[in-house]
Amino acid sequence: MADLLIELFSEEIPARMQAGASDALKKLVTDGLVDAGLTYAHATAFATPRRLALAVQGLSDHSPTLCEERRGPKVGAPEKAIEGFLRSTGLSMDDLSIQDDKKGQVYIAHVTTEGRAAPVIVAEVLERTIRNFPWPKSMRWGTGSLRWVRPLHSILCILSQEDGAQVVPLDVDGIVSGDTTRGHRFMVPDTFSVANFEDYAAKLKRAKVILDPAERAGHIWNEASQLAFAQGLELVEDKGLLAEVAGLVEWPVVLMGRIEEQFLDLPPEVLQTSMKEHQKFFSVRDPKAGQIVGFVTVANRDTADQGATILAGNQKVLAARLSDAKFFWDNDLRLVSDVKLEGMGAGLSDVTFHNKLGSQADRIERIAALAREIAPLLGADAEMAEQAARVAKADLRSGMVGEFPELQGVMGRYYALKGGYAPEVADACRDHYSPLGPSDDVPTAPVTVAVALADKLDTLTGFWAIDEKPTGSKDPFALRRAALGVIRLVLGNKVRGGITSMLMKPIVNHIVDLAMKSNEYFALSSQIPESQDPQIRQILLEAKMQATKVGIEAIEALRDEKTLQNKSEFAINDLTNFFHDRLKVYLRDQGVRHDVIDACLAMPNNDDLTLLVKRAEALSDLLKTDDGENLLQGFKRANNILTQAEEKDGVEYSFGPEPKLAETDAERALFAALDHAEAAITPAMASEDFATAMHAMAGLRAPIDAFFDAVQINAENQILRRNRLNLLHRIRATCLQVADLTKVNG
Amino acid sequence: MQTQLYEIALTWQGADMAEAAENRSQKPQSFQEIILRLQNYWAAKGCAVLQPYDMEVGAGTFHPATTLRALGPRAWAAAYVQPSRRPTDGRYGENPNRLQHYYQYQVIIKPSPPDLQELYLGSLRAIGIDDALHDIRFVEDDWESPTLGAWGLGWEVWCDGMEVSQFTYFQQVGGHDCKPVSGELTYGLERLAMYVLGVDHVMDMPFNAPDAMIPLSYGDVFRQTEQEYSRWNFDQADTDTLLQHFKDAEAECQRIISADATDSAGRSIIMAHPAYDQCIKASHLFNLLDARGVISVTERQAYIGRVRALAKMCADAFVQTAAGSA
Repeated sequence: MADLLIELFSEEIPARMQAGASDALKKLVTDGLVDAGLTYAHATAFATPRRLALAVQGLSDHSPTLCEERRGPKVGAPEKAIEGFLRSTGLSMDDLSIQDDKKGQVYIAHVTTEGRAAPVIVAEVLERTIRNFPWPKSMRWGTGSLRWVRPLHSILCILSQEDGAQVVPLDVDGIVSGDTTRGHRFMVPDTFSVANFEDYAAKLKRAKVILDPAERAGHIWNEASQLAFAQGLELVEDKGLLAEVAGLVEWPVVLMGRIEEQFLDLPPEVLQTSMKEHQKFFSVRDPKAGQIVGFVTVANRDTADQGATILAGNQKVLAARLSDAKFFWDNDLRLVSDVKLEGMGAGLSDVTFHNKLGSQADRIERIAALAREIAPLLGADAEMAEQAARVAKADLRSGMVGEFPELQGVMGRYYALKGGYAPEVADACRDHYSPLGPSDDVPTAPVTVAVALADKLDTLTGFWAIDEKPTGSKDPFALRRAALGVIRLVLGNKVRGGITSMLMKPIVNHIVDLAMKSNEYFALSSQIPESQDPQIRQILLEAKMQATKVGIEAIEALRDEKTLQNKSEFAINDLTNFFHDRLKVYLRDQGVRHDVIDACLAMPNNDDLTLLVKRAEALSDLLKTDDGENLLQGFKRANNILTQAEEKDGVEYSFGPEPKLAETDAERALFAALDHAEAAITPAMASEDFATAMHAMAGLRAPIDAFFDAVQINAENQILRRNRLNLLHRIRATCLQVADLTKVNG
Repeated sequence: MQTQLYEIALTWQGADMAEAAENRSQKPQSFQEIILRLQNYWAAKGCAVLQPYDMEVGAGTFHPATTLRALGPRAWAAAYVQPSRRPTDGRYGENPNRLQHYYQYQVIIKPSPPDLQELYLGSLRAIGIDDALHDIRFVEDDWESPTLGAWGLGWEVWCDGMEVSQFTYFQQVGGHDCKPVSGELTYGLERLAMYVLGVDHVMDMPFNAPDAMIPLSYGDVFRQTEQEYSRWNFDQADTDTLLQHFKDAEAECQRIISADATDSAGRSIIMAHPAYDQCIKASHLFNLLDARGVISVTERQAYIGRVRALAKMCADAFVQTAAGSA
């Protein structure tokens, strides 16, 4: 048994790649060792800005010697076959033995693969790991052809036992392995040798390097919190930033500073974003004033002046950054008070959204119309929804969002409030992009929901109209995310009404728009011969080419209204199906089975997503009970017998069974149970109370089971048989009212 | 880390104090002194100290001593100041650190030496940045020039949270793999000097020594030109003329490249550098047009693509010349 220690020492590794790289090092090396026949007890990997390290404990000394028996050709087989067998086993004729087989005698080879020593295997695995390392981006340097994330300087690779350590010899393009490493770049730059992992970690710490990223992060967090606390302040949590900063330093030294008075009236989001994005500073809040008042920066070294110079420098850089931010803020506010948000957003007509779908201003026009249209569905004021849609994206033209795109929406809200817009409009500015991810909060304010839905529906219908749909892993316009956004908005707000009817108008509008536009191109191109000016001719020629690329199909469509209609219908159906697919993915993540969704999709009004999900949830709950599961069996049995009989007889047994013809108690009980269930199901379905309907249906389980036990369906008496088949039909009809149970597995 | 800090701090403090004292007396006094120190430092490290390229460029990288010399197998080491123009950054001399004309200091060494980071840190010490007192960091920043068809990996170097240099290992230029790889260092001189000299507004920075017979500030030298060029760049430059110049430069570049390699006297001379001059011209004209706001978002990509095509042609030509091949 030995312990393996590996360190790959390089120039500064990007912080965002360090965690992935240490995981990859661990996986590639340990998998390689195991594949080569070694075993180990435990492995841990680490990363700092300049090194990747791996410690493997309890590594076996050798791979096992393997004895293998291999069957060869038959005795007396052609010479060539026997030669081939000898070649493949590396043996000679004398080494082979002969065994009896069912079909005669065959040659048997005993092949022994000698175990190999751990150092040989380690060297091989490590070299392969280095040469095939999965860096997101890698480079060459100097005259070499080796690739690494940044120049690789040294390889430490030792196997240590109680009696000492041995270097695993390795040479990767001139980088020779050893037992030495270096400390902190500035504080302890000297080289030193190490004997094992504990020695390595301890000496690194003396050399001002904390090896473990979690320890660095913990240290930063604790020190920073204490510094803030000592001044009655609190640190704003930011896990992503913490991990990144821990990846920028080997020896974290935490320093806290105050934000200059003149910047304190900037919105907290601006302060936070500016400090984080540009400077990697943490924000410090004054809990009493609820304001961001300070920052924490993390240096990579101790200094004789306790960081005073470093802090002063950082403070200066921050002041310059915040002056920029303040300049944008003041300018934006002046603009809003002069020309309102409508004026701020005027330039959006110059911003292309998509070359076939027009400018951002065109898009806003469409969204405003759509928001107005759907507002009543959501209980929103139509006037206000339209206004909110018109101004919600104005902040994209503000100086601040130009500088910090991630503040889109947030700034819109501030500017809307300063511009005297209603709070509902301001909130819509901020929240209409939501929900962005599957765990993002869903807005509930009606005006916001109207704008958010209209925004996403315009995007989806637009791209469907121009046939730019997501394929496989490609979804450059994030249409899946938009569809999920619609689904979550609809479900989260229990919006009623079919999605198809919501899609209809925007899709047709898009298609007609496109056709009109290409008709313009067409008109232009027909003028080409008349124009004498060479420059105009050039522009027109380009327009004609555009028209050929973009529009000919649409022009034809416009000429032929029928084609236009077909095109629209196709797009609507296709997009509705896309929604159903996304809904399935979403519900599957929520634990609803695929077949359950299919069973509900087969029901009428399936484009009413709220209704669909209500039904699916009720069915899903039913199937989790024993009654539900057994009912399903009973239903399937009834359905199978009925379907077979109907196919065989070529008739549909939907005549309605006659209770008087019931022979047994079980049969009579089933009649009664069906009457009872239907009496409950019909009103429940009318009020969309699926849970009650399903519960009533589950009550059929016992009578159906008893019926099948007591009664033979295919009775000799044809009248009885027909009546019983009609009874099965009633079971089927009753159950299918709720969901298409034929689609449920089980 | 507080635990072991105390003991080590004591021993270090002595050394730090001595060094700091030495550095104080050595602190540069002016913008030009910083440039001179960089020149001396890199000359002492063996770089050929070149002079600025005599054309308008957006960055030191455009100098053929970098762009073209990064291609091909021959070793190369050069350092130079390059006046750089970015018309859209003009602020009429009012912004504390934005200028439409500024200086870059550029170092290019091929193949990149294994101790390039140490060499670089030595240059910071040479201009008075004491790394025992300051926090110097290499923060990921990959460099890409779409107009040159070039990219590399490296860092921006931070000093106390401020970006003071760009450090790049060139991987590709003009669509060609760089073999061997060049190491490129770019210092934004005004920003760096402002930090070293403790100046808040670039125009207040001493250009020559404050105790010179005629002390001049950066503003004395450049405030008026910043105003003049800002007006011209944003309002006055004639866009029709610029567009025509762009087309001319593009056509001339293509013509030079496609000319027969053999001249009338039978000499074989590929004119990679004259062609590249036209490429530089086209690139700067594009920047001017951009500042005039006459290039739309969609056209932008097309223009960048046209300049890149020229850069690629020049690179293709250069690797067939003596300086660009084995």
